[in-house]
Amino acid sequence: MTEFAPWDAAAGGALIGLAAVWLMAANGRIAGISGIVNRLLPPYTDALLPDRVAFVVGLVVAPTIVIAFGGSVVQTISDNPVLLVVAGLLVGFGSTIGNGCTSGHGICGLSRFSKRSLAATLVFMATGALTVYVMRHVL
Amino acid sequence: MNANVSRIASSLAAGLVFGVGLTVSGMLNPAKIMNFLDVAGTWDPSLAFVMGAAVIVTVIGYRLSMLDPKPLFETKFFVPGATDLDARLIVGAAIFGIGWGLGGFCPGPAISALSIGAGGTYAFVAAMIAGMWAGRQMGKP
Repeated sequence: MTEFAPWDAAAGGALIGLAAVWLMAANGRIAGISGIVNRLLPPYTDALLPDRVAFVVGLVVAPTIVIAFGGSVVQTISDNPVLLVVAGLLVGFGSTIGNGCTSGHGICGLSRFSKRSLAATLVFMATGALTVYVMRHVL
Repeated sequence: MNANVSRIASSLAAGLVFGVGLTVSGMLNPAKIMNFLDVAGTWDPSLAFVMGAAVIVTVIGYRLSMLDPKPLFETKFFVPGATDLDARLIVGAAIFGIGWGLGGFCPGPAISALSIGAGGTYAFVAAMIAGMWAGRQMGKP
């Protein structure tokens, strides 16, 4: 069980939205994390590697700031390393060939009313729910 | 200030705020993602509130920022132009969703959670980067 926390969820979501708006208003870019991270890898097609590294540094440092201000982070992660590695491979590969993940398609894409992002979001929500259903209620 | 420095600092700020949002919303906890996806079990609707609030802010903010002819630190807005629903998009999203359901991590929370230091996060992120590398080898659509 995890506690449904609508206010924390909405406040955090609003901050994510602000960050996405900022990256567009200032840098003219979509805040898609999979795209930012997979472009840390070669081949490089532009000169924005420092921007991407900076964004990722911000992302990594952020939880320590929340904790410094008295926040806490609760995590329950699978203790099965094989499952986590398979999950990571699928997330990395799928988001790269599908051109986006929860942020790029699910937040930025939906906010631009992109038909591709709506389709991608419906598909990954469906296969995600199906996977959890099979893992928790079938196997 | 040098234009490149401003742009890079701006990117850092966006990453920070994004990560604070992920942390505050509880999305660094894979169990919350899996419980959101578990509509037939211990359903936790939190993720819908995170996405809903983010989309509302972004819809309005994108509209307002694009009233300007160009971004603060760039020459234009780089917005994806593709509109066709190709197999690559759908297959990629389907594969991503399976991994998301298995581990409860998507790229943003997994990267942010590196600083929390759980061993499972490192395993996931290392594999995710390998998967991204494999995806990159398949070229652009």
